[in-house]
Amino acid sequence: MIAMTDRTETLKRTAIQIRRDIMDIAAHCGNGTIHVGPALSCTDIVTALYFDVMNVDPQNPLWEGRDRFVMSKGHAYPALYSALAERGYFPREELLTTRRINSRLQGHPALGKTPGVDMTSGSLGNGLSCGLGIAWALKLQKKNAHVFVLLGDGELQEGAVWEAAMSAPNHRIDNLTAIVDYNHLQSGGSVENINDLHPLADKWRSFGWKVFEIDGHDIDEITDRLRLAKTFYGRPVCIIAHTVKGKGISFTEHDNSWHSRTATQEEFEIAMKELDVQEEALGPVPLKGGVWDETV
Amino acid sequence: MRQFEMEKRTTRDAYGAAVFELAKEDPSIIAIGADTTHNIGLRDMTQAMPDRVIDVGIAEQNMMAVAAGLAATGMKVWGGSFAPFVSMRALEQFRTFIAYPHLNVKMCGGMGGLSGSWEGVTHQSTEDMAIMRTIPGTTVVYPADTASTRAIVRALDRFPGPAYLRLGKVPFRRIFDDSYVFVPGKANLLEDGSDLTLIGCGATLARCLQAKDLLAEKGISARVLDMSCIKPLDKDAVCAAADETGAIVTVEEGSVIGGLGGAVAETLVQYRPVPVKIVGVKDVFAETGEHEALMDKYGLSVADIVCAAQEVLAKKKG
Repeated sequence: MIAMTDRTETLKRTAIQIRRDIMDIAAHCGNGTIHVGPALSCTDIVTALYFDVMNVDPQNPLWEGRDRFVMSKGHAYPALYSALAERGYFPREELLTTRRINSRLQGHPALGKTPGVDMTSGSLGNGLSCGLGIAWALKLQKKNAHVFVLLGDGELQEGAVWEAAMSAPNHRIDNLTAIVDYNHLQSGGSVENINDLHPLADKWRSFGWKVFEIDGHDIDEITDRLRLAKTFYGRPVCIIAHTVKGKGISFTEHDNSWHSRTATQEEFEIAMKELDVQEEALGPVPLKGGVWDETV
Repeated sequence: MRQFEMEKRTTRDAYGAAVFELAKEDPSIIAIGADTTHNIGLRDMTQAMPDRVIDVGIAEQNMMAVAAGLAATGMKVWGGSFAPFVSMRALEQFRTFIAYPHLNVKMCGGMGGLSGSWEGVTHQSTEDMAIMRTIPGTTVVYPADTASTRAIVRALDRFPGPAYLRLGKVPFRRIFDDSYVFVPGKANLLEDGSDLTLIGCGATLARCLQAKDLLAEKGISARVLDMSCIKPLDKDAVCAAADETGAIVTVEEGSVIGGLGGAVAETLVQYRPVPVKIVGVKDVFAETGEHEALMDKYGLSVADIVCAAQEVLAKKKG
């Protein structure tokens, strides 16, 4: 077996921590339901973006030269909020105020309320247009920054997505990358049964996008393709990420009841044990300089 | 009764020209349309600075959310399409992605009110003012003519946040000149009077002034308020009108439900309950026809205003 690079391993540990945070939010934020499955589905992608691919400064969240992220599938907010907290935009403790009154962490991402949130989202079908506008402005301002938009697969049933999908390549907006979280489940059930997207890659190609298909849970593949997308010239890139809804915890995977619900304390504890096992499987935590720290 | 000259240009033309003027002075200004940039007066700007005018094609929802993205990245966005599409088809994008984060986007609705005229009901918009007025933090304006449109665009440029401007497809009557002053949230007292107040906006203002003349012939003294800005509403001017004239008639080129009349009545019923009449389109769809003929047919003739004034005066005295 080829040894993992430090970078890969660190990202994997971070993704595990973000999954812990998501379950913490789901179990401990009060009575409101939390979108667990949609968040776990895109956790590896969001981790790759905030901890590897995107050029951001958590100490200066409004830095004009930053790369932007639009979580068009805004109902995956637990992944976004956890990533932002772990990245240092706000204290981790604040995560447990998610969806509570008087919180900066609104029911869906809200521009201007939460440090690090680059665009309001939650009303499906609009994030690609918002991202297109951001990318357009960055080009006009001659800023070398990139915009990543994460779309749900069910969200692609919204017609407005395709308005943006048509116009971005026509205007050669190449500092924009769409990522489709293709987990085949939407709120009401199977995407294939409700309104099938097939052939999805062909659809994007026919609109003029450069398409890559990846395993949305393979952290190396995610980071490699996102980095490539960032430098791709002449037209926008669409990355179709094949994912599993609820990924990373045995009882949430493929179970659509986790689309939006709370976790019991028992479920939370089982999840924590599973995530601990996953982290232990990565081996001891490396220290800087490649020295293994057996005490952690 | 005085007569007002029909303008040669539309308020849509004046809007685009004013945005072009601003864009020459301010590199952060960008214009956007949905196959409508030429309709909203942006033809000259498109030719002179093609990179500063975005046409997303016939896709109003995309236009609105792209505008949000542009504004979130520091651009001052001036855009628009036809009033029913801006205020209805792309309403949610305006509400959620522009107004909710309070972004600096000014959207115009050309073909406002009945000015869609010959295009028929599909392109007319008697609901837009009422709809846009309910969105928190949104300024809603209906300029009366081209000179006031220019002044309003320049004033709104200094007033960050979302705004909706209703504009006309066809020329309106000239009332103002370049001395017109617009302050968001402030009414302009055009002519004073003591018996009642006529409050109008947009294309109804000229008719309010004509009605004042006819009322004067009957010995009735009417104040006329220019309420081009229906949100924020100038509550002080409305209350002063109630205090000083004791009766109000609102005149709007739109549904009697929820627009200028609704806004004024909401204020009066809470703070100064005086007799009010709301003159407007009476909860019906209009039809194809010449703009002013439609206004006459759908309850907005000068005679309708005079009649409403007499009714409200009778209530005040009763």
